[in-house]
Amino acid sequence: MSTAIDDNVIHGEWHVRYNYSVGKVAGHFFDGLKQKKILASLCSTSGIAYLPPRAYCERSFEPCDGWVEVGHEGTVEAATLVTAQFENLPPPPYAIAYARLDGASTALVNFVRGMDLSDVPAAMAKLKPGTRIKVVFKDEPEGRITDFHYEVIA
Amino acid sequence: MMGKEIVALIGTGQTKFKTHYADKTYVELAQDAAKLALDDAGMEPGEIDAVVFSMAPTQFMGVNDCDRWATSHVWGAGKPFMRIHAGGATGGSALHAGYIHIASGMYRNVLVVGADRVAETPDAQHVLNLIWDRFYEHDFALNTVTMTALAAQRYMSRYGMTEEQFARVVVRARKNAMGNPYAHLRGDITVDDVLNSPRVAYPYKRFDICPRSSGAAAVVLSNLDVAKAKCSRPAFVNGVSAITHSVFMGDRMGVYSDTEFSDHDGEHIAAHEAYRQAGITDPSSQIQVAELYDPFSTFQFPMLESLGFCGRGRAAAISDAGGWDLHSGHVAVGPSGGTLCTNPIGVTGLVRVVDAANQVMGKSGQNQVKGVKNTVATAAGGSTQFFTVTVLGEDYTAPGKSVGGAQQ
Repeated sequence: MSTAIDDNVIHGEWHVRYNYSVGKVAGHFFDGLKQKKILASLCSTSGIAYLPPRAYCERSFEPCDGWVEVGHEGTVEAATLVTAQFENLPPPPYAIAYARLDGASTALVNFVRGMDLSDVPAAMAKLKPGTRIKVVFKDEPEGRITDFHYEVIA
Repeated sequence: MMGKEIVALIGTGQTKFKTHYADKTYVELAQDAAKLALDDAGMEPGEIDAVVFSMAPTQFMGVNDCDRWATSHVWGAGKPFMRIHAGGATGGSALHAGYIHIASGMYRNVLVVGADRVAETPDAQHVLNLIWDRFYEHDFALNTVTMTALAAQRYMSRYGMTEEQFARVVVRARKNAMGNPYAHLRGDITVDDVLNSPRVAYPYKRFDICPRSSGAAAVVLSNLDVAKAKCSRPAFVNGVSAITHSVFMGDRMGVYSDTEFSDHDGEHIAAHEAYRQAGITDPSSQIQVAELYDPFSTFQFPMLESLGFCGRGRAAAISDAGGWDLHSGHVAVGPSGGTLCTNPIGVTGLVRVVDAANQVMGKSGQNQVKGVKNTVATAAGGSTQFFTVTVLGEDYTAPGKSVGGAQQ
């Protein structure tokens, strides 16, 4: 008896490992995180303070020639609240926001924690663009972007 | 930029789109679309001078860089062959690559073909999360759903749209798809059906989101001499343009940004140039059909506004009034049901071109719009980052009348 066409599949999985070189720019940024400092790369020609930091200014095409420590508070530019499970991604619910930290020209993505997410419209009403957030660091930062998260300023 | 030669689209092919193709392999599916387009153009494979292969990330279908597997199946062996990959914009960019092959005068006939099988893996959004850099953004559960939900929330905040207004887009798309024999999802659903489907990522419910589709598409592009000999009613490719942004979405929001993330304003810049090439000065009166890359219910409004069909923040009210409806609207938006109903990512932009071309060629069957002179097809990809615009027409615009790249 032959196998039904619909059931006749060959299973496969990919297991591929990587070691990503961090480089000088991200390395300096991560060193800052270890001291609970968030450092933006600054271009003195355009005046833009980049988060995430860049080696080159993408507006002036000049090298970023300085670093500036940004504030631990900022303003939400966009947010969402995830209530479904995506494969290999965190268990729901969780809120994600792009926020422009005080002193930065660009917005940086992170999770927003410490709020009640059980009522989606009610939670989203508290995450509208313009909402003020604060940065909360781990007690012992490791020099990774996951060392901190955002919380809405009550 | 415009080339030396006029470019005509003289053959289209697409397969039925569905979740799984159990009765054939990936390359056999691509071959089906190639054969359909060649037959439609009245051509033998030997008449094709070069092949452009349309394929986005290959982790969905699970054979790494599967264009290598496909070369001979789409009759590319022994010819120049290239794969184009620009994420969701891939099909739009592949069409543009084929256009440049002909417009340059180097080739007479080019086959643009591809296939995708997005549901071959259950890990699609995991794969999509891997497009973000490993250092700053990868860890925050970005994927195509969450990144566009972020844009939609910002757009709603700027212009005051409601979830119900997005739900009407889904109802219209599923209804339009009932007249498209190739569409994946279709049916008579209600606004409440959309609003009551499970929440995924605000403002999205399950019905606001496209399916994972499998299927294939192809077109044959030719120069004017071949088109005159082979095709009584070609669709001329009169405008092509593309714009690319930084991967960092956070660069595109706020007071320091020179572009607005939630407006899809890359599409505006690309449309400006494509319209200039095609002689479109008033899109609403000159273009009858828009086939949009709209995998989410929130894409149509900013895209229609970027394409100049109405002012910023106006598209939702026009939608509510039926202005984008298939037979009774001012412009038929997504008469095929669009990307909301069918999304085989690696060829979706090409399917948009196929559907837009069929409207010009009078081959859209039940969903044929009357009096079509010009149509526009879009694609978008990456971190809402790559945008393409293609303008097709029943008449051609003279080549060489414009020069230069996209200008704002």
